[in-house]
Amino acid sequence: MTKSTNIVEFKHVQKSYDGEELVVKDLNLDVERGEFLTLLGPSGSGKTTVLMMLAGFEVPTHGELLLNGKPINSVPPHKRGIGMVFQNYALFPHMTVGENLRFPLDVRKISRAEADKKVQKALDMVRLGDFGNRRPAQLSGGQQQRVAVARALVFDPELVLMDEPLGALDKNLREEMQFEIKHIHETLGVSVVYVTHDQSEALTMSNRIAVFDQGIIQQLASPSDLYERPDNAFVAYFIGENNRLRGRVKEHSGESCTVELENQGGSIKALNVNTGGQGSPTTLSLRPERVSVNPENGEVPNVFEAEVQELIYLGDHIRTRVKVCGNDEFIIKIPNAHGHAVIKKGESVRIGWAMEDCRALDA
Amino acid sequence: MAQAEATLPASGSASTGAPSTALTTADGTPLKVSIRRAMRRNKLLAFGLTLPLLLFITFSFLMPIFEMTFNSVDNRPVANTLHRSAAALQSWDGQGLPSEAVYAAMAEDLKQAAEERSIGRVATRLNYQESGMRSVMMGSARMIERHEPPWKEALIDINAAWGEGSTWRLIKRESGAITFSYYLNAVDMTYADDGSIVAQPEWRQIYVKLFWRTAWMSILITALCLVLGFPIAYLLANLPSRHANLLMILVLLPFWTSLLVRTSSWIVMLQNEGVLNDLMVWIGVISDDGRIQMVYNRIGTLVAMTQILLPFMILPLYSVMKGISPSYMRAARSLGANPLVAFWRVYVPQTLAGVGAGGILVFILAIGYYITPALVGGQSGQLISNYIAYHMQQSLNWGLAASIGTILLAGVMVLYLIYNRLVGIDKMKLG
Ligand SMILES: Nc1ncnc2c1ncn2[C@@H]1O[C@H](COP(=O)(O)OP(=O)(O)OP(=O)(O)O)[C@@H](O)[C@H]1O
Ligand SMILES: [Mg+2]
Repeated sequence: MTKSTNIVEFKHVQKSYDGEELVVKDLNLDVERGEFLTLLGPSGSGKTTVLMMLAGFEVPTHGELLLNGKPINSVPPHKRGIGMVFQNYALFPHMTVGENLRFPLDVRKISRAEADKKVQKALDMVRLGDFGNRRPAQLSGGQQQRVAVARALVFDPELVLMDEPLGALDKNLREEMQFEIKHIHETLGVSVVYVTHDQSEALTMSNRIAVFDQGIIQQLASPSDLYERPDNAFVAYFIGENNRLRGRVKEHSGESCTVELENQGGSIKALNVNTGGQGSPTTLSLRPERVSVNPENGEVPNVFEAEVQELIYLGDHIRTRVKVCGNDEFIIKIPNAHGHAVIKKGESVRIGWAMEDCRALDA
Repeated sequence: MAQAEATLPASGSASTGAPSTALTTADGTPLKVSIRRAMRRNKLLAFGLTLPLLLFITFSFLMPIFEMTFNSVDNRPVANTLHRSAAALQSWDGQGLPSEAVYAAMAEDLKQAAEERSIGRVATRLNYQESGMRSVMMGSARMIERHEPPWKEALIDINAAWGEGSTWRLIKRESGAITFSYYLNAVDMTYADDGSIVAQPEWRQIYVKLFWRTAWMSILITALCLVLGFPIAYLLANLPSRHANLLMILVLLPFWTSLLVRTSSWIVMLQNEGVLNDLMVWIGVISDDGRIQMVYNRIGTLVAMTQILLPFMILPLYSVMKGISPSYMRAARSLGANPLVAFWRVYVPQTLAGVGAGGILVFILAIGYYITPALVGGQSGQLISNYIAYHMQQSLNWGLAASIGTILLAGVMVLYLIYNRLVGIDKMKLG
């Protein structure tokens, strides 16, 4: 029997809690075996709902869910064999750490000796080998988090779900845990479906990211594609920082197009990614780090005079807010390199950017 | 102004680098002193706020308890009234009959008691120990005026009981300032003639049986409350709030109804011509002359008290269950446990604090419950508290009532200690 390459398939899945509003609208998503897939989206976009359907705690209103190619719509949660890490960890407070880890092995009637071995291995994996006899309440937040991860993995599931597992940790610990979870994923080769609304977490950890909004996947792509080649205005806005300019498509030819900005802001040459064709409204998306100051003549097609509004010193770069093309929320990042451009507030400065870096997206 | 100037020297000396390490405030008072001063006001305020309750508890709770404990051993009426005889009996060895001096002392005591009319209490008190002593004492006190010494002959003449060693041994035993015979009586024991402790005669043994019945019934009621209350508390904690609120009102409804009304309505429900029997006859489960006796017996007490005490089980359970996140059950399910195993191994253990709190609350309330068993208990459904009330109000044997009460109190304290040992009282959550 050949295993399909997809461990999970959502087929036209819809979900509504109240019968009035669809929280998940027509979800089609394949999770590849061994991949680290992140569901990223703002609060209330339906990420947890998707995860709960996969774990079996919510029933899809419509559509089909396949695990290893088999439909699991009517399989109860405890028979799905999916590991899960909850946001509040859900470690059983009346059991020791060791008993917590032993629980999934006990219910599977695994022999004592073998269970002992597995528990110790899982604890060692999260570097908590000596903590087996502690109660969860006697652990720090980061340690509890690691126990939760170990417990979700101790019974060797093929698939692990994590719902904002790092949400309650402080920044440093979160970064350390991101690394650790990623490392465990790579060593064990399990498939992970991970939920977060923290984009940098998604970017550092994932093989692929599904950006969710309003119950729809806006884009499913690798972190670099998502950042550099957003398909639509929502993704561009949600992932990383970006300057937005609104206008209408004046003409387009092949890859490129010319956009007339609103409020007589001028016209810009941009990459035609996702517009409705000539005359349609569009949002231009431009990353702040792709804007160059004082470009050489003829180096880039888009060059404008900008008025410096505000300078914020951030150490490695200087964040500069300028007014350009009638937009005074325009951000430029000037790297703090040797001999970088020196500009002052109130001065006028020439800025420019390449056609490929300016993406014309939906309005 | 003057104060501002006064601070100058102090701050001046501080800035010149005085070797003293104690920190001072700007006006030179040590920091610790001024902190203490500032705290004192808060403490006084806190104390003032709790004072009314403190006084109330002292007068309405602590003092009655001391009073009760004292009453259970207090023997002063006898000791004071018969103080001459008691002193004279000190040197008697308990063999044969005491000397003339003892008889003379008794005659004096009786005369004075008759004059002061204090003989009644003594007579009643001694009669608890030996029936017949009442008339011996009362009669002797009445007659003693008309007799002359020698007192030995005179007293024996008045009542032959004075010619028996056992009477004197009883008086010697029971004329101290404190007595433990109430406690002995409360556990169906008594002093034998030779002063040893023996069981009461069969027909006078009631209290031990009653203590057991009370404990047993209370355990049964607690268990019933747990079995009935657990699912309700679970529903309350897990239903959407709209339904949960309605259910909560139903649970609390009994609190807003008079206890008497609730108890009486159980009589209406359960009596022979009551709703339940009528219903069963009508359906045909039982025949008209096979009506089941469900009230004025143990069943009545059990049913009515379970219903009345149920909220005291439900509320602590509810408050504990409310705090158990549903993600625990989900975690257990996702780890491979079927719903039953998840419930039993993950949910139930987390409710134990509530089970303990509710259980101990219901048990303690049940063990001292009075009105309901008095109304629906009949003879077989009476509990120990009904006998306390009986001795307080009917037989007026307050000493016995107090000793039974004290034993009950001690039992509850022991229970509390055990609970504290096993669960920890700080884990107890109520409502
Ligand atoms: N049990 C429920 N009953 C009714 N509506 C629900 C329920 N759970 C979620 N919803 C609704 O479904 C929508 C999506 O919720 P979901 O929890 O999936 O969002 P999310 O993406 O996980 O958000 P967050 O990042 O805040 O966790 C929300 O509008 C929410 O109000
Ligand atoms: Mg969520």
